[in-house]
Amino acid sequence: MNPTPILRVEELYKSFGQTAVLKGFSLSIQPQEVAVLVGPSGSGKSTLLRCINLLDPPNAGRIWLEQEEITAAGVNPDRIRQRIGMVFQDFNLFTHLTALGNVMVGLTKVRKMHKKEAHELALFELERVGLVDRAGHYPAQLSGGQKQRVAIARALGMDPHLMLFDEPTSALDPELTGEVLEVMQQLASEGMTMIVVSHEMGFARQVASRVVFLEGGVVVEQGPPAQMFERPAQERTRVFLRKIADLDERSR
Amino acid sequence: MDEKMERVVELFGAVAPLLWQGTGVTLQIAALSLLLGMAIGLPAGIARVYGPRWLQQATGTYVVLVQGTPLLIQLFLVYYGLPDLGLTLGRLEAAFLTLGLNSGAYQAEYLRGALQAVPVGQMTAARALGMSQGQAVRSIVLPQALRLVLPAWSNEVVAMLKYTAVVFLIAVPDLMGQAKILASRYFAPIPIYLIVAVFYIVLVGITYGVLRQLERRLRVPGLTGEPT
Amino acid sequence: MEFVQKLVTTFNFIVQGLWVTLGVTAVALAVGLLLGISMAVLRVYGNPFWRTVAALYSVLVRAVPVIVIVFVLFFVIAGFVNLSPFLAGSLALGVASGAYQSEIFRGAFQAVLPGQMVAARAIGMSRRQAIQSILLPQALRLALPGWGNEATLVLKDSTLVFVVGVPEILRRAQQVSARTLEPFVAFGIALLLYLALTLWMTQLLQWVERRYRLQI
Repeated sequence: MNPTPILRVEELYKSFGQTAVLKGFSLSIQPQEVAVLVGPSGSGKSTLLRCINLLDPPNAGRIWLEQEEITAAGVNPDRIRQRIGMVFQDFNLFTHLTALGNVMVGLTKVRKMHKKEAHELALFELERVGLVDRAGHYPAQLSGGQKQRVAIARALGMDPHLMLFDEPTSALDPELTGEVLEVMQQLASEGMTMIVVSHEMGFARQVASRVVFLEGGVVVEQGPPAQMFERPAQERTRVFLRKIADLDERSR
Repeated sequence: MDEKMERVVELFGAVAPLLWQGTGVTLQIAALSLLLGMAIGLPAGIARVYGPRWLQQATGTYVVLVQGTPLLIQLFLVYYGLPDLGLTLGRLEAAFLTLGLNSGAYQAEYLRGALQAVPVGQMTAARALGMSQGQAVRSIVLPQALRLVLPAWSNEVVAMLKYTAVVFLIAVPDLMGQAKILASRYFAPIPIYLIVAVFYIVLVGITYGVLRQLERRLRVPGLTGEPT
Repeated sequence: MEFVQKLVTTFNFIVQGLWVTLGVTAVALAVGLLLGISMAVLRVYGNPFWRTVAALYSVLVRAVPVIVIVFVLFFVIAGFVNLSPFLAGSLALGVASGAYQSEIFRGAFQAVLPGQMVAARAIGMSRRQAIQSILLPQALRLALPGWGNEATLVLKDSTLVFVVGVPEILRRAQQVSARTLEPFVAFGIALLLYLALTLWMTQLLQWVERRYRLQI
């Protein structure tokens, strides 16, 4: 048991109207871990991410980020979100800003940096995702893969301690997923702590330190990828991962 | 034919200076009313979408009240009616106030539509970056909505130019006001009102052209008023 | 009590203008409908000459304030025929509305799927028959939302015939205010009366729209 998890989620409950999505979900993430969350649609993966950065406040349960309980009363969610980067399935790049502007706006408005400093840092972050030459382009002038890389740079600019990826490649054409996964892999190798909701099994095998299988709002099973893929303890895990692998093969 | 033509030219020469004066008044009223309308419509539109419930209802009532009633009655109510409540306004003030309040409601509605047309994901992404709701509205949603609202706003400018024509009914010496005086002075209502019509056509044409140019300047790829 | 009494008398006087207002609106809308549809047909299906005529009518009339149109036409009409102020004013409003309606119907005709004309011609209809029995019914339904909007605008613009002396709601409000010397009450009642009218008309139009909506 590692002593200090960067994120600890305990007995989380979340429902939308009558539909319960998270039913006592618990998870603990160590620094520099890359956890890949898999599970059937509606199993609560995206909701979990949105609860972690308080975009959807949980109904019950507690979350600690670096020892601080962020679900406690009186916590300012804006301050918490600065430490958690989030990448969305459909990018959500700011339409009226260029790639550079997208990365800069959080730096100037939230981190209150000076324009010049923000400009330099933004260029550096775009360099990290290999898009410095697209700095002046508007989102509409970028490919899907480029958009997602800008979105990653935008999140990185906030200097996050934890990155959440919500199906970052599922809105992309298959030939564009590679460039995004590459950036993510590079981030992982630099030691970024990441929680990734994704069904990219290749990425999970190569990059994940842990694969977490959820279903019905709770964790069914979790473990290192080798164990999860080769000899899962639960039958449900085996059936689900088999199905994904089949789909993966067929789409190639 | 030639003689008739000469008479029209002569008439035009006689009425042109006063019509120019009237044009100045028309433009001044239109510009100030649009500004007042913007000063009202901008916060009212934002309040209608992001304000507390009571403020949403209050601005909603304002919009229905203005959009559901004729401008001319609004004008008479302000100019002739408000003195009953102890508020006496000059002709020009009454014209500004009425047109400004009127335009404010329409501008608020246009802005509301534009704010609601900005995809939810933009707000979510801004909040995820750590922006407060106010910051997100100011730096992300509003700048996009203002670009989306531009075509509707251009229409409002042209509409305002035309709406000002009713203020001569409370004896404001705008283009129509001068025309009415001249029509009875020269006993020639038809040619004079036709000349006025041409004045309006030119004014509207120029305004329209300038606004199109402005829209082109402010265009951002992937962000237009037209559905994509 | 005395105040209530006064309110009732004032209201009773103004409300007599209700039918005049509705009459002006109805005539203007009808004239505008005829003009609007014809001009739209000419604009979309006419030869270059008629296209230009229809386009000029629409662009020029829409560039001029409605009240100016009412003034010009009122005097022009009065110079030719002896019409009552009611008819002359309504006609003038109708000519103005026709320009706006022609834009609505033009958009509607252009929104009808291109295959419809071809299909109509393919079963042996003439161009005219195709426009009349296939395209027009579809365009009318497509135009409904825009037309409804224009209808409430004409209802509100009907106050403009006040300037030529038609005894509609606003005129009567002005008359009664001159007598009672309480313009706030008079114009306030006129305003609320109009609010009720436009809200009622919006409801009616929404009902019509729901009934006849055409899905493409």
